[in-house]
Amino acid sequence: MAAVFLAVAMAPGAFGQDAGAPQVPDTLQQRIAACTTCHGVHGEGTPGSKYFPRLAGKPAGYLARQIQNFQDGLRKYPPMEYTVRNLSPAYMHEIADYFSAQEVPYARSPVPPVTAATLQRGEQLARDGDPQRKIPACASCHGIELTGVEPAIPGLVGLPYDYISSQLGAWRTHTRAMRKPDCMAVVAGRLQESDITAVAAWLASRTLPAHVRPQPVGTVKPPLPCGVLEAAGAGA
Amino acid sequence: MKRFVVVLVLVVVVAAIGGWLWLADPRADHVAVPEAGDLSAAALGDPALVARGAYLAAAGDCAGCHSVRGGRPYAGGRSVPTPFGNIPGPNLTPDPETGIGRWSFADFWRALHHGQRADGQWLYPAFPFTSYTKVTPEDARAIFAYLRSLPAVRQATGAAKLSFPYNLRSTLAVWRARYFRSGASQPDAGQSAAWNRGAYLVQGLGHCNECHAPRNAWGATTGAQLSGGEIPRQDWYAPDLSMQENGGLQGWTAQDVVDLLKTGHAAKGAAFGPMADVVADSTQYLTDADLGAIATYLASLPPRQPREAPRSAFNVKRITAAGEKVYRQHCADCHGRDGRGVAGVYPPLDGNSAVTEPTGINAVRTVLLGGFPPVTAGNPRPYSMPPYAQQLNDSDVALVVSYIRQAWGNKASIVRPEQVGKYRHTPID
Repeated sequence: MAAVFLAVAMAPGAFGQDAGAPQVPDTLQQRIAACTTCHGVHGEGTPGSKYFPRLAGKPAGYLARQIQNFQDGLRKYPPMEYTVRNLSPAYMHEIADYFSAQEVPYARSPVPPVTAATLQRGEQLARDGDPQRKIPACASCHGIELTGVEPAIPGLVGLPYDYISSQLGAWRTHTRAMRKPDCMAVVAGRLQESDITAVAAWLASRTLPAHVRPQPVGTVKPPLPCGVLEAAGAGA
Repeated sequence: MKRFVVVLVLVVVVAAIGGWLWLADPRADHVAVPEAGDLSAAALGDPALVARGAYLAAAGDCAGCHSVRGGRPYAGGRSVPTPFGNIPGPNLTPDPETGIGRWSFADFWRALHHGQRADGQWLYPAFPFTSYTKVTPEDARAIFAYLRSLPAVRQATGAAKLSFPYNLRSTLAVWRARYFRSGASQPDAGQSAAWNRGAYLVQGLGHCNECHAPRNAWGATTGAQLSGGEIPRQDWYAPDLSMQENGGLQGWTAQDVVDLLKTGHAAKGAAFGPMADVVADSTQYLTDADLGAIATYLASLPPRQPREAPRSAFNVKRITAAGEKVYRQHCADCHGRDGRGVAGVYPPLDGNSAVTEPTGINAVRTVLLGGFPPVTAGNPRPYSMPPYAQQLNDSDVALVVSYIRQAWGNKASIVRPEQVGKYRHTPID
């Protein structure tokens, strides 16, 4: 960890504008400029963009799998599909480990104006779900404080409104998918559009919990069959 | 109306010629199949033969079109985009229903050499039989043995989605009469063994000319071999491969060619776009001897005519001066103020054919997309380039690309903002 920060601290200013070949630090951070330009040098995301998600502190298994899913075409977003198309599994994991190990403060992204009732509905879905419509609570998989669960479930804290709502939409339009059975596709299919607005607005505007690291392995029992968790050896 | 008449006349002519050619009988079972060796199941199962076939299939990059991302290798599924419609790469695994499990070697030979399916139908030239026709019977047998050794995958190939009249396979008879001659690899006794091997790999299995040459309105390659061309629908430019005067690879050494094909980057440039896939899936697996042979052959391609100095109605000096500002802010840290890059890390832009190719497409798309060069055994953790699609507007991209196409020793045409906007939504697959 210390080594990562040291490398990071040394990187800025390492380039001169003087004549002659630029000095290039031999660091992973330097190698992955294609990633950090949108996701931030420490994976903090780009809050100003309202879209590019934070990667810092997410479980490494989750991050590596997302790179693989973009490569396999399960997740569709052309800039990401192009960027990762030829990465090897070893390089994917190294990049995932880098972002997972980063600890940087969370930033807030703007949230569109919504009513108090909408926020209340969002909190209800996140904490308790909607048993009548068989919608499990976000917290039932993503952790009590929604900070994710090792090794494969991402945290939902500190993500932009636009990102969360577009991901839930992507599961409904089949531009984001996971190994089958795809539990998130089931959940997204049971949500109404107003639910997506509500839960994205509540998650994006919520005060951060004191501890933001993912919960340990095996601390949740997912209510739906989830292929990706079986593959990760995390129950379900 | 005029268009309608043209299409109508065309259809009548095509039907007439097609009918005549069909009656003239170019049937599959009339194409002689040469002696290729023992075709018994036991002989085809020989592990050494299968391994040789695997190597040759990699050299031909068969999996590149006959696999879909995230799918099983060689099980088909990828749709190859062409100006005439999308053509799926079929399943090549030995599944009897959906693959080529029922194909005999004769069937395989006719497809590879003659562009004809086992049922006698013509194959679309999206399948590069136009190049594979030079593959030797012995190599075809090894590839056939390798494909037979793959696990059978039951996965039906979708139908080609072609517009009329291209959806009628009979129209291919006309195309073939005009543009296809089945051939054979003819060694040139006046050249070295390495040159001959290189010529065979480049012209035959490697099917390099299928991208690195211009295509006419009928989708046939035209002009000088390997003289560069725009890849239709994929929107990349495959540059001229001549290493001599005015060639796309002028100034490259044989070692530079070998380095690029083996590792994905070389002192003179890096592979990106479709070539990154070719390096990742195919050329990185070739032996040094074969890569050296390819370089030997490419070195013999003739010099090219100098390109006319680009003329522009715009104030080029003002554009490049503005472009230089963008360059210093966003590009010079890695590629250097002098455009020479960093050896082994960032490619030079001065004299780089990706920058100076005639259209400017490659530089525009690389600025927009950034990305990683291929990850190879020789370059397992490559340095990458940031995508600038979010940071730079069309005008700034046009300025900086115009600058790098005119800076240092480069003398290519400027690009306009309208040319940039077009590539923001270009499909990447």
